[in-house]
Amino acid sequence: MLAKILNYINTSEKRINIISLFLAIVTGLLFGLVIMIIVSPRDSFPAFLTILTGGFRDIGRVLEIATPLIFTGLSVGFAFKTGLFNIGAPGQLMIGAISAIYIGVRVTFLPAPIHWIVAVLCAGLAGALWGAIPGILKAYRNVNEVVATIMMNYISLYFVSYAVEYQLYDLKNARSLTVAKSAQLPYLGLDKIFTPNTVNFGFILAIIAIVIIYIILEKTTFGFELKAVGFNQHSSKYAGVNDKKGIIMAMLISGLLSGLAGAAIYLTDSFGRHLETTEILIAEGFNGIPVALIGFSNPIGIFFSAIFIGFIELGGFYMQRYDLAPEIIDIIIASIIYFSALLILFRGIIIRLLKHNRFKHKKREEEDG
Amino acid sequence: MEYIIEMLNITKVFPGVIANEKVTLQLRKGEIHALLGENGAGKSTLMSILFGMYQPDEGIIKVKGNEVVINDPNHANALGIGMVHQHFKLVHNFTVTENIILGKEDNKLGFLKTKAAIHKIQSLSDKYKLKVAPNALISEISVGMQQRVEILKMLYRDSEILIFDEPTAVLTPQEISELMSIMKQLSKEGKSIILITHKLNEIKKVADRCTILRKGKLVSTVNVNETASEKMAEMMVGRKVVFGVVKQPAKIGDPVLKVENLSMASNNSEKMLINKVSFSVNRGEIVCIAGIEGNGQTELVHLITGLIPHKQGKITLNNKDITNYSIREKTLSGIGHIPEDRHKHGLVLDYNLAYNLILQTYFTARFQKRGLLKFKNIYQFARDLITQYDIRSGQGPYTIVRSMSGGNQQKTIVAREIIREPDLLIAVQPTRGLDVGAIEYIHQQIIKHRDEGKAVLLVSLELDEVMNLSDRILVIYEGEIVADLDPKSTNENELGLYMAGSKRGEVGAS
Repeated sequence: MLAKILNYINTSEKRINIISLFLAIVTGLLFGLVIMIIVSPRDSFPAFLTILTGGFRDIGRVLEIATPLIFTGLSVGFAFKTGLFNIGAPGQLMIGAISAIYIGVRVTFLPAPIHWIVAVLCAGLAGALWGAIPGILKAYRNVNEVVATIMMNYISLYFVSYAVEYQLYDLKNARSLTVAKSAQLPYLGLDKIFTPNTVNFGFILAIIAIVIIYIILEKTTFGFELKAVGFNQHSSKYAGVNDKKGIIMAMLISGLLSGLAGAAIYLTDSFGRHLETTEILIAEGFNGIPVALIGFSNPIGIFFSAIFIGFIELGGFYMQRYDLAPEIIDIIIASIIYFSALLILFRGIIIRLLKHNRFKHKKREEEDG
Repeated sequence: MEYIIEMLNITKVFPGVIANEKVTLQLRKGEIHALLGENGAGKSTLMSILFGMYQPDEGIIKVKGNEVVINDPNHANALGIGMVHQHFKLVHNFTVTENIILGKEDNKLGFLKTKAAIHKIQSLSDKYKLKVAPNALISEISVGMQQRVEILKMLYRDSEILIFDEPTAVLTPQEISELMSIMKQLSKEGKSIILITHKLNEIKKVADRCTILRKGKLVSTVNVNETASEKMAEMMVGRKVVFGVVKQPAKIGDPVLKVENLSMASNNSEKMLINKVSFSVNRGEIVCIAGIEGNGQTELVHLITGLIPHKQGKITLNNKDITNYSIREKTLSGIGHIPEDRHKHGLVLDYNLAYNLILQTYFTARFQKRGLLKFKNIYQFARDLITQYDIRSGQGPYTIVRSMSGGNQQKTIVAREIIREPDLLIAVQPTRGLDVGAIEYIHQQIIKHRDEGKAVLLVSLELDEVMNLSDRILVIYEGEIVADLDPKSTNENELGLYMAGSKRGEVGAS
C-alpha cells in the first residue's frame, strides 16, 4: 500500500514537500497526544478527538480565526519569497489596528460603505509604512531586517498602548472604544451561510489578498524582480534590477498585509475583540510565521495552513471542558512547526524510500525482461 | 595487491540523473592517474564517493585489497586518502603551520606542540621541494604556495592517495610547471595520485594512465604515452574536436568602447586598484586583457558594466558618454556581459532555465504586457535558445538552473548575452572550469560575434586562450595596463614576464 502511494508520487519537489509536511503534522499531533496522556490519562483520548473534530461544530468561527492568520501568513510568506524575514508582523498589525480603530471611532462623518473602506485602507497604509521603514534601513544602510522589525514591534506596542489609553479609551470596559456601526466590516450575506454570524468581509478581503499576492509573485514582472532579488541579490543587480527598490517594496507590501490583519480583527461590534492596554504583542502577528512556514510561503498553501490552525485552535477551545488547558493547542502547533523545521529530515527519508522503491522496481523489470 | 584503490562498478543515481553507471577506476601504487571527462561526466561524483561524501548505490570500493565502506571524509582521511580541493580550504589569518595542524592538533596537557609540528612540516617541505615557509600567514602567500600548503596538509596526515581536483585552474604558467614536478616527485616517493582535470596537455605531461568518463559511463582507461591527445579528447567528447582556434584575420572598424583615465582606489587603503587605465576596443576585434588573477581585472570590468559605481575617468560606448549610466541603461545601450562568477552574478540558480534566459529582458514588450509576464513567449524563446545553443538539461526550459552542469550553465549565459547582439561583449573567463567540447563551442561563438562586426573584450587567465583568441592583448598588472601586444609577434614567455610585472612596455594610445 505504502509502496503504491510512494510510487504514485514522483520525486517532484512539491509533492515531497506536501508529504513531509503531512508527516510533520501527524507527528506534531501525536506529540500533543503524548503530552495529554501524561497530563491526564483519563481524559486524553476524548479530548484529543475533540481537537480533531471540534472545528466542525462551527466552521464560521474557524474561518474567523483564520482570517487574520491568512493576512499575517501572507505577510511573512511574501517577505520570505523575496529573501526577507519579517518578524515585524505583530507591530505592523497593531499599528494597522490602531489606525483602523481611530478612523472608526473619530471620523464618523463618513457614510457606511466609505467609512469602513477608509478604515481598512488606513490600516493597510499604516502597516505598509511600518514595514517600509525597516525596508529602507535594509536597502540603504544594510541594517538587518530581523533586528529592525523586532524593534519596530516594541515601538508599535507602546505607541498603541498610549493611543488606546489616552485617545480611544472605553473606561467602562477598560479597552479601546468600539468603532461606529458604519465602520464595522459588513457581512455581505456571509451571515446567512455561517451561523452564528462571525465571518465578515475580512474573510473575502483575505481571499482577494491571496489571489493578488499569487498573481504578483507568479505572473508579473514585478514579482519576477522581487523573487530574483530574494534568490540572489548580486545577479539581480547584474541584470539591472533595482535591488534597493525591490527590498523596500517587498517590506512595504509585507507590512500592508499585516496592517490589514489589524483591520480584519478590530473593525467589529462591541462583542468582538478590542485593543487593551496590557502591553502584549497580538498573537496573530507572530503566528503568521508558522502559518507561512506550514504553507511553504505559497499563497494557496498559506490559505490552507491558516484554516488548519484555526481549526485546531477552535478544537482546543472546545477541549477545555475536559481537564486540560487550551495551551495544549499551542504546544501542538509549536511541535508541528518544530517538526516542519525538521522537514529536511523527513524529505531525506521520503526520497530514500522513493529511490529504494524505484530501484526495486527497476530490478524487477530487469529480471522480468 | 597490484592496486591501492579499486572502485568497482560504481553506480550513483540522483533524482533524474544517473551520475555514475558501473564505473570502474583502479589506481596503482605510485602512479599518477588522470580522471578526464566533460563537466557533468561524473568525475566529481566519483571522487566524492571515494572521499566518503556520497554512498554509492551499487558497486564496491577496495583500499589495498580490502573492501571498505567510506562513511565520511574523516574516514577517508583515516584510510590514507587526501584531497586538494579546487577551492582551497584555508584559514586566511592563520599561519601555514596552524592551517596544516588544524583538525589534527597534537598537544600536551592541552598545549599545542607547535615546535614539533613546524619541524615535521619543514622536513616534509624539504623532502618534496615544496618551498613552504611554516610561519608565513596564508593571506600573505601566493596562490601557488597556498596550494602547496594544501598538499602539505595531506602529507602531514600521512595520506598515501592524493586526489587533486582541477589543481591548475588558478595558477600561472610558471606555477603550473612547478606543480607538475612536485607531483612527479610525490609519485616517485610512492604516493599514488588521482588528477581530475580536463586539460589534456597536463595529462600528457605528468600522468601515467588516464580514465575517461562520458555522461556518467566509463569510456576507457588508457596508457597516456601510447595515446594521442586527439584520441583522448575524442573519447571524452564523443566526437572529433578541433584543437586551436580557426579564425579569419580581423576586419577592424570604428571604436566601440573607449575607456579614458579610469581609476579606482581601494576601500581600505591608499592603493589604487585601477590606475589611470585607458584603452579602446574596436568593431571586429577581440581585445584580451591578460594578467594574473587579482590585478584589477574584476574591478575594471565591474566599473565598465556598472556593478561598481563609477569613480574617476570616462567611459564611452559608440561615441556616447555612458559613464554615469545605470547597469540597466548600460545593458540596453549595447553591452553584453559574461561575468566572471556565474553563480554569484550570472545566474539566479533557483530560477528555471527560461527565467534565466530573460534575466535582463523580462520587461521588454516581447515578454510582458502591462506588467504581466507572457509565458508563451518566454518558454518559446527558451526552447529556441536551447535548440540553437544546444543547452542540455533535465526538464528543458523548466529545469532549475542549480541542477544543471557547469558547462550548460555557462552556455545559458553565453546564449543569453550573445542573442541580444550587443555591440560590446565583455567575456570574463568565459571558459573557466569547462571541458574541451564546451570551450571549443564558446570560442566559436565569441569569434562569430566578432565576425559579425561587434567588439569583444575578453578577460582571461588562460594563456592558451589569450594567445589563440585575441587580436590584441593588453596586459594588466597591479591595476595598470603595462603592455599592448600583437599576439602574432609575442610569445607566452614574454607575456608571462609582463604579467609578473618584471617587464613594462610602451602602451600606445590606440
